[in-house]
Amino acid sequence: MKRGLLIWVPLAVFVALAALVLYGLFRPDNTVIRSALVGKPLPNFALAPIAPGKPGLAAADMKGGVRLLNVFGSWCIPCIAEAPQLMALKERGVEIDAIAIRDTGPAVQRFLNENGDPYARIGDDPRSQVQLSLGSSGVPETFVIDAQGKIALQHVGPINANDIDDILKAVEDAK
Amino acid sequence: MKRAALLLAIVAAPALGQSNQAAAPMANVQLPDAAKERDAKALMETLRCVVCQGQSIADSDAEMAGDMRSLVRERIAKGETPDRVRDWLIERYGDYVSYDPPLSGATAPLWIAPVALLVIGALVAARSFKRRRR
Repeated sequence: MKRGLLIWVPLAVFVALAALVLYGLFRPDNTVIRSALVGKPLPNFALAPIAPGKPGLAAADMKGGVRLLNVFGSWCIPCIAEAPQLMALKERGVEIDAIAIRDTGPAVQRFLNENGDPYARIGDDPRSQVQLSLGSSGVPETFVIDAQGKIALQHVGPINANDIDDILKAVEDAK
Repeated sequence: MKRAALLLAIVAAPALGQSNQAAAPMANVQLPDAAKERDAKALMETLRCVVCQGQSIADSDAEMAGDMRSLVRERIAKGETPDRVRDWLIERYGDYVSYDPPLSGATAPLWIAPVALLVIGALVAARSFKRRRR
């Protein structure tokens, strides 16, 4: 009797393995890498200005009040798609600072002329080093920084029209 | 002319995902100190590129991988140990960024399974040899 049952063990193990593999195959692919710093203080940084007439950005500038930190590049196509939403957020009273990744002054200026300028400050991150210190893995990404200077939310990818309510809610919650 | 434009579009399209800025200073340049370069290279082979995801930063041509290589070399040149640089990145990107998974609840089966399977195999072999001798 005991042997009779034992004979089915390899089949059961095989079926379990096959189920695991099928689950892995059909599970939607999720390649978003989240920053491990969400809920933690914004790391310290100080970046030089890049656009004419626009101050640079330091971590200390982001204390005292909820702000968005937008990581973008003038060479980044999804950033153009995101621009109207950032303008809409600015019109709703959200303060937005930015880090320009691997960019030049004239290119950033052209980008702002063409797509609108929602930014109070823009820091120059020519070799992505501050981006790496934030745990950000691409452009565009947007962080909500709360009044205590902690990262309250990370939005990976462009902000679409239907993301605005979520961002506004996160800004409200971070106050 | 049309064909040339098409060819240009094919060549140019992948480039649109990248800036047109030069690579970071230490992205593709070896450190002068051979021992440190060896440490840096070994570390780079076990760090995952966060853009291309399937590749190590040593193997990837993505700009971000270059920026990460530069970060690794600059920190090791300053005297940081490879483990500290790895920990700094794990603090920011989680264990995902490292190809050398630490022992934790989620990874314990990976580390224990081979040993457990060897033990089971040895037990089965011992039993079957014993039976045959009889």
